[in-house]
Parts: sequence; structure tokens; C-alpha cells
Amino acid sequence: MQIARDILLRSYRSMRTIREFEERLHVEFATGEIPGFVHLYCGEEASGVGVCAHLTDTDTIASTHRGHGHCIAKGVGVDGMMAEIYGRQTGVCRGKGGSMHIADLSLGMLGANGIVGGGPPLICGAALSHKLLKDGAVAVAFFGDGASNEGSTLESLNLATVWNLPAVFVVEDNGYGEATASSYACAGNQKDRAAGFGMPYFECDGNDFFSVYQTAGEAITHARNGNGPAMVHVHLARWYGHFEGDAMTYRADGEIAELRADHDCLVNFRKRVTEAGLLEASALDDLDAAVKDEVDAAVAAAKVAPLPVEDDLLKDVYVSY
Amino acid sequence: MSKKSFRQAINEALRQEMRRDPRVILMGEDVAGGRGGTSGVKDAWGGVLGVTKGLLTEFGEDRVLDTPITEASYIGAAAGAAATGLRPVAELMFVDFVGCCLDQIMNQAAKFRYMFGGKARTPLVIRAMYGAGFNAAAQHSQALYPLFTHIPGLKVVVPSSPYEAKGLLIEAIRDDDPVIFLENKVMYDDEEEVPDDPYTIPFGEANLTREGDDVTIVAFGRMVKFANEAADRLEKDGISCTVIDPRTTSPLDTGTILDCVTDTGRLVIVDESSPRCNLATDVAALVAEEAFDALKAPIRRVCPPHTPVPFATALESLYVPSTEKIEAAVRSVASYKAKAEA
Repeated sequence: MQIARDILLRSYRSMRTIREFEERLHVEFATGEIPGFVHLYCGEEASGVGVCAHLTDTDTIASTHRGHGHCIAKGVGVDGMMAEIYGRQTGVCRGKGGSMHIADLSLGMLGANGIVGGGPPLICGAALSHKLLKDGAVAVAFFGDGASNEGSTLESLNLATVWNLPAVFVVEDNGYGEATASSYACAGNQKDRAAGFGMPYFECDGNDFFSVYQTAGEAITHARNGNGPAMVHVHLARWYGHFEGDAMTYRADGEIAELRADHDCLVNFRKRVTEAGLLEASALDDLDAAVKDEVDAAVAAAKVAPLPVEDDLLKDVYVSY
Repeated sequence: MSKKSFRQAINEALRQEMRRDPRVILMGEDVAGGRGGTSGVKDAWGGVLGVTKGLLTEFGEDRVLDTPITEASYIGAAAGAAATGLRPVAELMFVDFVGCCLDQIMNQAAKFRYMFGGKARTPLVIRAMYGAGFNAAAQHSQALYPLFTHIPGLKVVVPSSPYEAKGLLIEAIRDDDPVIFLENKVMYDDEEEVPDDPYTIPFGEANLTREGDDVTIVAFGRMVKFANEAADRLEKDGISCTVIDPRTTSPLDTGTILDCVTDTGRLVIVDESSPRCNLATDVAALVAEEAFDALKAPIRRVCPPHTPVPFATALESLYVPSTEKIEAAVRSVASYKAKAEA
């Protein structure tokens, strides 16, 4: 598999940005300055980035409560995201949505979603728009192993097949739906579920960007060419709890230390591209530094950005009322 | 202008809007009806009660989409399509089925614009049948407009006649917010003069179907007809009524209601939905708060009892507010004497 240098650089930068953004949020959330709750995507970066590397702004994605990574992978700026998470007027949703509702429809980002299984039906609709408006685009639903059991998700697999939609269903299987393991909560398996709805099934290692990139590319090409929906099952792990503050008493001691030591998608990527001579370590170091500066600046700006005011409370409930 | 049924008025509104704007599409269970059937007739039903008959023939399979019986996925798909460039009209068939897809309406479509900081438009219409009187029993007869009215981000339309239905549905399809359009299934064969050309009726502007001096009656949907029948009888006994058809419960034309109550000093509200937290309680609260000094009598509400809708005709006819019950309520407020005056 040959991947162009600019795609490699862009993908690394995107993964590094997600990691830096989330690790920083982990630190900042503990100070109590961030309202609400946040769900971090650390450890899962290669999935969102490996999929979105095949998409343009015309393509649509729907995300989950763990949505920061998908937003960054789809091109939403970290300044607006960080300000949103801090509840500021300068946030990408003007402080009205917060972490779980970051969206930018101009980039084809149909929103993080606070409802488990909320995204797949919406993606059927976005895929229908792409099909009927003949813009050549695809729609991708990211959802977790927990959401894979929701009726809305299973209905969507059926509908997408019945309507032959250009839709891709990406199951990000991190092993836990909140605190309950997917080994307990998911009957059967994802492969048989896809087969049951008559759609092709693709499987990949979410700790390996190249595995995700290649697999997602096949699924997206299948959908984009008018062959109907496909499922991509990404095996990965989250490094933090369901939400920040989760003590993760349901996970074995050492589980996360092992993930960090042996299954880091950024370390894997760096090793692969430098050993193969595709990218120089110095180029990656430069990106690391640039991303750190970018996230530092986003946090600093968010902390001093204006808060929403009383007028904002009543704005944008309707287009007109 | 010609006589058209409620069913024909809705069909005509859909047809004319689909001709005007290629982004308008229909989806729902059996909106064509017959896909894959052995007769080969793809629009065998045209909706379970024939409201969308003939639209598949004119607009084709891409724009008249039969769905599986999976409300969560296709109502959600309608929301997603609306947010990404189409203007879907999704038919939920019986509004009672909202239990299968409320998340997609309440948590998704209704909230996109606000949650996303004003950057989303969701021009979605969800049509559904409501109302008792068909012996359809507890799961096919509810009047659930209060449930939708409660949700910020939704607009809710309850048309009272064929003329109203056509103008309000065209307005709904052209509106850029999610609209719930509720059709009383008992009214589909009601007829009246309806213009042939497209026209719109704005949301949030009540219609006074008659004006009088003594009592204001606010009625919703099918109850407007009952209120006017009651007012006809009362007129003969010298009690003159104003009848307000709010047309939309969200937005609600509070100004017209308050003006009329200020003029008459007496208010009866007729609402076919369950009596707790319904539109009647909402309007009563509005008037108690904003026009208390104008009231010459207690506010009276004419609503069904707090029960599921019963099946047997003998019970269902007791359940639905009747002309007689409205008449009795109006007489009681018209003859009311405050204790201090008595």
C-alpha cells in the first residue's frame, strides 16, 4: 500500500492533535474549570483519522459522546472546540452544545451526540441526501460497541441496505459500553450482524493507522461506488474512563499501562514510517512541537474568552418563530 | 376553487410543493405501499388511508420512499436528510408510533439548531394521524400535540379543516424548522371549498371562526368544528361566542387569545388531548397569569378524562369532547355569578 507523503503527514498531525488535545483536557478537567463532563478519545486516534483520511468536506460523518477525535479528524479547529468545551461564546457552537454536541455542518460534521445510537439513523438521512443530490459523497456513522446493540443502529443497518445508501457504519469497539464489557453485552458478533443485513464486513486493528486506513478505504470505496453500505469493525481500546472522573474499577490493574506501553498508535506510526524511510523523525518532531503550541494556545484563549450572555439563551432555538 | 376533502387538500399540498421544489421528498411506511408485492402495483395503497395516493406515479421512487416498519431509523434519516440539503416530509402514520422514534425527534431534530450554535437548518415535516372516533383504541387514537408542543425547537400544527390543512401544510414544507403536522383521521372525508392554487397560512396566527361578546372558546383541530356547532346552538339562546382556532400550538398566538378573553371576560378551552399538562391547561395558565382582571368567571376546560382511549363506541363517544359538553361548559360560565355578587 502506497500512501502519499502529504496524507501521512496530515494523518500524523491529526492523530497527534487528538492525543495532545485529550491529554490536555484530562489535566485541565481535573482543575474543575471545565463544566459538565468529557469523554476522552485517547488510544483511539488511528480510527477516526484512518477513516476520515478518505473523506472530504462534502462527505458527512456522525459521531458519538466520545466525539473530539472525530471532530479533529474531520477538520474542526481546536480553538473553537476548546472554547466550546470551556462553555465560551467563541466556541464552535457558541457555548450552547459543549463537549457532546460539537458540530460543523460546513465541514460535513453532523455532530457529536449525547444519545447512544443517535447517529446511525441520521447518517442514513445524510447518505440519502448524497444519493439524491448526486454529489458523489458518502456518509459515515461512528458508534461504539455499546451503540451497536441499540435498536436504532440495527434498524439503520437494515434501512441503509434496503435503500442501497452510500453509508459506512464504523463500530469502534473499545471493549466497554460505559462500565459493562462488550464481551458481556454484545450477543453474537459484528461480522455476523453485517452478514445478516447483507452488507460487507471489514475488520481492522485500531492501534494501527495503516490497518484502519486500508480497511476503511475499501469500505468507503464500496459505498461511494454505489454498491450500498458497509461495516467497518475497529478493535481498539480507550486509555481513560467512560468519562473523566471514572475510577475504572471494572478494569484489571495494569490493563491501561500495557496499552500505553505496547499499543500506542502514534508510536506504531512513527516506528513504521521512519523504519520504512517514508518520513523523517525530525518532520514528526516538528509536528509534535507545532501541535503542542496549537493546543497550548487554544487552552489559553479559551480560558479568557467571553462567556455567553443572557441574550444568547433565547437565540437559535428556531430559524424563525 | 372547488370542494375538496381534507385528504385531497393534503395530497394537493404535497403534490404542488414537490412540483415546486425537487428537494421535497416523501418517506414513510406505505406512503406508496406495494413495493415488492406480487401484484406489481407499486403504489397500491398510497398511504394507509390513501392520503399520498398517486404521488409515486408522478414523482418516482427516488422521491416517494417506502420504508421498512422501523420508525427510529427513518424518522432519524428524515432529520439527517433535512440537515444535509433535502426537505423531507416523513409520515409517521399514527402519531402513537412516536414511542418508537421520540429520540430522533426530541433529542436530534428539535435540538440541532440550538446545540450547534445556530449553524443548522432542519427543514423537516413529520405528518401523523391523531385523534379518537375511529374505534382504533388506545394505541392508535391519542392526540399527542401537547407532547410535541412541550419540546423547544419543534413547531406543531393542528389543522381544523381542508382549507386550513392545505395552506398550513404548504407553509410547513417551506418552513426551515422541524414541523409536526397532525391530521385528525376522523376528518379525512370532511369537505369544503379549497383553492386550486398553492397558498400558505402563517404559523402563530390564530383564526377567529366567529366573533361574539359573551364567551371566548379556544378549540384545537377537530374540536373547532364542535365548538362552532355549540356556538350555533348557544346563539339561539342569546349567548354569543368567539371561537378561536389557534392553528398552531407552537408557536401559539397568545396575543389573540388574550385580546378575545379581555373582550368577553369568559373562557372555555376545548382540547381533545389527555387533560393533564395539555393545551387547555397551557392556555388556562396563560390567561390566569396575563388576563386575570378581565375574567368574570372561572376558566372551564372541556377535555377527555385521564384514561387511555377506549375501544367500544359506547365508551369512545363518552371519551371525546362533544358539542353537548362544550355547550354545557359555555352555559355554566355565561351564567356564573361570583359569590360576592350572589
